[in-house]
Amino acid sequence: MDNSTYIFLQHYWWFLVSLLGGLLVFLLFVQGGQSLLFTIGKTELQQKMLLNSTGRKWEFTFTTLVTFGGAFFASFPLFYSTSFGGAYWVWMLLLLCFVLQAVSYEYQAKTGNLLGKKTYRVFLIINGVLAPILLGTAVGTFFNGAEFVVNKEHLTDISMPVISAWATPWHGLEAAFVIGNLCLGIALFSLARLLGLLYFINNIDDEEIRTRCRKRLLPETIVFLPFFLAFVIRLMLIDGFAVNPETGEVFMRPYKYFINLVEMPAVLAVLLVGVVGVLFGIGKSIYVRTWNQGIWFAGAGTVLTVLALLLCAGWNDTAYYPSLVDLQSSLTIQNSCSSPFTLKVMSFVSILIPFVVAYIFYAWRVIDLRKIDRAEMQEEDGHVY
Amino acid sequence: MIESIDTSLIDWSRAQFALTAMYHWLFVPLTLGLGVIQAIMETIYYRTGNEAWKRYAQFWMKLFGINFAIGVATGLILEFEFGTNWSNYSWFVGDIFGAPLAIEGIVAFFMEATFIAVMYFGWDKVSKRFHLASTWLTIAGATLSALWILIANAWMQYPAGMSFNPDTVRNEMFDFWAVALSPVALNKFLHTVLSGWIVGSLFVVGVSCWYLLRNRDRAFALASIRVGALFGLVASVLVAWTGDGSAYQVAQKQPMKLAAMEGLYEGGEGVGLVAVGLLNPEKTSYQDDRNPFLFEVQIPKFLSLLAERDADAYVPGIVNLIEGGYTTREGAIALSAEEKIARGKLAIQALADYRKAVKAKDAEAAGRYKATLEEHFPYFGYGYVKDPADLVPPVGLTFYSFHIMVILGGFFILLFILALVWERRGKIAGSRWLQYVCLCSIPLGYIAGQAGWIVAEVGRQPWAIQDILPTGAAISRLDPASVQTTFFLFLLLFTILLIAEVRIMVKAIQKGPEAEPNV
Repeated sequence: MDNSTYIFLQHYWWFLVSLLGGLLVFLLFVQGGQSLLFTIGKTELQQKMLLNSTGRKWEFTFTTLVTFGGAFFASFPLFYSTSFGGAYWVWMLLLLCFVLQAVSYEYQAKTGNLLGKKTYRVFLIINGVLAPILLGTAVGTFFNGAEFVVNKEHLTDISMPVISAWATPWHGLEAAFVIGNLCLGIALFSLARLLGLLYFINNIDDEEIRTRCRKRLLPETIVFLPFFLAFVIRLMLIDGFAVNPETGEVFMRPYKYFINLVEMPAVLAVLLVGVVGVLFGIGKSIYVRTWNQGIWFAGAGTVLTVLALLLCAGWNDTAYYPSLVDLQSSLTIQNSCSSPFTLKVMSFVSILIPFVVAYIFYAWRVIDLRKIDRAEMQEEDGHVY
Repeated sequence: MIESIDTSLIDWSRAQFALTAMYHWLFVPLTLGLGVIQAIMETIYYRTGNEAWKRYAQFWMKLFGINFAIGVATGLILEFEFGTNWSNYSWFVGDIFGAPLAIEGIVAFFMEATFIAVMYFGWDKVSKRFHLASTWLTIAGATLSALWILIANAWMQYPAGMSFNPDTVRNEMFDFWAVALSPVALNKFLHTVLSGWIVGSLFVVGVSCWYLLRNRDRAFALASIRVGALFGLVASVLVAWTGDGSAYQVAQKQPMKLAAMEGLYEGGEGVGLVAVGLLNPEKTSYQDDRNPFLFEVQIPKFLSLLAERDADAYVPGIVNLIEGGYTTREGAIALSAEEKIARGKLAIQALADYRKAVKAKDAEAAGRYKATLEEHFPYFGYGYVKDPADLVPPVGLTFYSFHIMVILGGFFILLFILALVWERRGKIAGSRWLQYVCLCSIPLGYIAGQAGWIVAEVGRQPWAIQDILPTGAAISRLDPASVQTTFFLFLLLFTILLIAEVRIMVKAIQKGPEAEPNV
């Protein structure tokens, strides 16, 4: 395989991973919805409707997270080994809160569930709050860096052959104390809640719930916007981690991410369309009381925004996982990717993705043709959480 | 910063992975087996239009859902633990190992996640045909997921289709089909999935017998026994066949594991198979002269026959594998462990020298070191091994696990034949002893499955990747206290959730299909 094809495949796989990241953030509407369980659901029946609404979609979020991890492993294994093995506590906490989610929907209303209905619902709230914040904090390190060292020569040191090492004993928790990461974490959390509200408005046919969700949109937007803007504005102003394409050397470049957007106008356009989509979806849902389609605009906008931000982190000769301890240990899509053969094989597999998206779309539509309502929750003939 | 690997870190990392895998394997086999049985029942409903079969399928689906949720939860942890606890492994072989995991996500998980929603929530929203297709696609997704993760696991036991690249310091795939269709992978997939089918069958037959013992839901119980026992019989016969195939592959690719499975210290020609045996606990090393067994019953020449398809063939024992010197099936003289370790160290040193030569732009030296590395790479992992004794896996655990699995496998065939014949003759409803046996056999399927995984994973120690990377060199550079903490967190969480799952299952079974006609 010639070098230009290899470079294309590296960019293609960064695009796919970024797209999966965007879809994952969109699907965090499940987590956002969970975190609002007691805020929106004032009665048992309302809470049941909310749980059944997100409960029919939680597996998509879960599966996208697993596929995101698998795709990263297959295409950029050095990131998988460095970040997961180093930022241990962030990833472990994230996984723990997803374990809580996986059982809670099915178990919460079942007889003999050991911990009681309320406990499982609290588990869902824990997942709803922690998952977006932790994920946002982890993704924040793509721009703000993390404290690790990679030294492949270590493999020949028989007493300590591990090539990736974390430089602080906090193992990832230190990322939560970086302003940029924290901004993204909180922005992601409030975005997940906004998407959750928009999803409920679309998916639940109940006037009381819809009215409550609409009222909640404005305060959540007031939290979301400052943190999101703070993150983006800071990103445009900070020095970024650039890569010399000839030598692979990583160096600091002023306004790198701003320059990336200028030098990649298509990515800038995707970002702008995405942000407009999110704001339109939220804004129209606030002001037009009968409009229930906000989730699709804000959701598509979210996918595009996250896609653009992640492309900005990895494309245009940028180190997507910078090391704050040893600049030359920083990961780029060139130095951390799989071999040409593996990327080629995986690219053939990726041809299946549109087919997968098509059947998800079809099944989703079929299930959601009838909106969740009070009557369905009281029907005996049906699976209800 | 840790300057050398703490052995307790290796132990805790292994313990955490084993804990997660063992819990995961409590739930997955039932998903695989029960999934097919409920799909068969729904198919009968679709073809006959008999509403009773719909009710039966829905009842088992309810139990399927309870079990499925916790299987998904433990599976998530398992995938990410390759990165969190085995980071060196993830880089060293991520180029090969990551692909099956990604394909699993794209091809299998989404299929499972999409169609399970239709299976549960679509009864009144989609046509009967589409619903049936969704039920089958849900279990197809679960089975495909098993396929890809087992391909990945098989590759660790028999690394094929890859070569080492000293420039990137990792192994790289060059033949995808050699990875995906290796004989080890195919046998492992069939054997493992079939064992799940047995667990599902034992569960269905056992629970149904409980209803017969309680003298309730008789029609449902008899119908379920009919489907479960026939399905279980087919699965248990096939599992014996694939078990033979798996053992043959172990003999070819992992002779040390085979020796541990059989407690075979001194090999030879025409070796017998230990049918039943009691290991001598005083034998603590392959170097002492104590008899390995206090008691054993052998089937003459059978191990040679199974391992080499020749009753008089030579099968090496643990001592032979460590000391070398015997003639291999390829006609070469086997190297001793000491020689392999020496060659492994040469390979590692050649890699270090190659990297230095490349940096110094000394092409001639780099070429020389690369040739040395390639020559000795098959023993690369041995270079990290300090003592030949470390190459011997825990014999007792491997031996007993293997024999428990095999004995239970034979028992399952008899049990399903008995249940099927008794059901056909209309005698099972009156045979309380058989009902009790079937009920008490439910846990045996789990025990056999866990024992099988112990044979596969403990028996291949000390290797993370056979001959290429020992477990100790595969880990993440962490503080052992961190891993201890997460180990106990998972232990507590999984145990609580397991208790909850069992209680919910028991309550749902007590309610029964008649009390709750719809899922």
